[in-house]
Amino acid sequence: MPSVKTDTLDLGSSSDVVLARQMVRTWASELGFGLVDQTKIVTAASELARNTVEYGGGGTLFLETLQVGARWGLRLVFEDHGPGIPDIGLALTDGYTTGGGLGLGLSGAKRLVNEFELDSRVGEGTRITITKWK
Amino acid sequence: MEKIPILRMGPFLLVTIQVDMHDRLAMTLQDDLTNRIAQTGARGVLMDISALDIVDSFIGRMIGNISSMARILDAEIVVVGMQPAVAITLVELGLTLAGVRTALNVERGMSLLRAAVGPAETLLPLEEESGNAIGED
Repeated sequence: MPSVKTDTLDLGSSSDVVLARQMVRTWASELGFGLVDQTKIVTAASELARNTVEYGGGGTLFLETLQVGARWGLRLVFEDHGPGIPDIGLALTDGYTTGGGLGLGLSGAKRLVNEFELDSRVGEGTRITITKWK
Repeated sequence: MEKIPILRMGPFLLVTIQVDMHDRLAMTLQDDLTNRIAQTGARGVLMDISALDIVDSFIGRMIGNISSMARILDAEIVVVGMQPAVAITLVELGLTLAGVRTALNVERGMSLLRAAVGPAETLLPLEEESGNAIGED
């Protein structure tokens, strides 16, 4: 039986992105997610953790297990105090990037989870919350 | 420094990614592999990613880049062993690895390479490597 728990991880460098992947993998596996769903949430976490490091100048990942009745879920919150995203609609468009990437990070991560919420204020930072239900 | 080993087998180079790659390691592999292709005149590269339990857009881009660079350097490249869960996730992410030649496993990958390079060429010895800075032969 999984337990309700929370934890945090500092995201400062690309090795923290690897740590985030490993932590999310462990949590998803403990919650009993199947291999494909584990892979999806770990991949989404990898995209968002990298964005936090690359564009947000570092930040924090909050992990939380959720229980609603018999249903379990995993919620991940990526928060930074970087420059923020001026045009969220544009940032969520496939292929749009301000860096050197493919522009699939945000839009792709959104497709890999059940719930996706993006809060961003220019000059203050960005918070992205994703949830995957079992 | 942490590195992903590149092995030489006749006219081919073999790369097996066994670690959870951070981004810098992926970039290093890209540089190392293209250098080795140029140094050895390798005709083909087999890249085994069966131990990778995720491929995100960054690693996917690295795989695509390596494929294009190898082709420009006149080497065939086959990426083998992608886990099914990784393939499913990759497509949903929006990455189709267009232009990357893949095979289900090492065996099929090797026969693809041999077929592409040609049987006669497979038997030709490689030119001596100059410098031998990274050689393990």
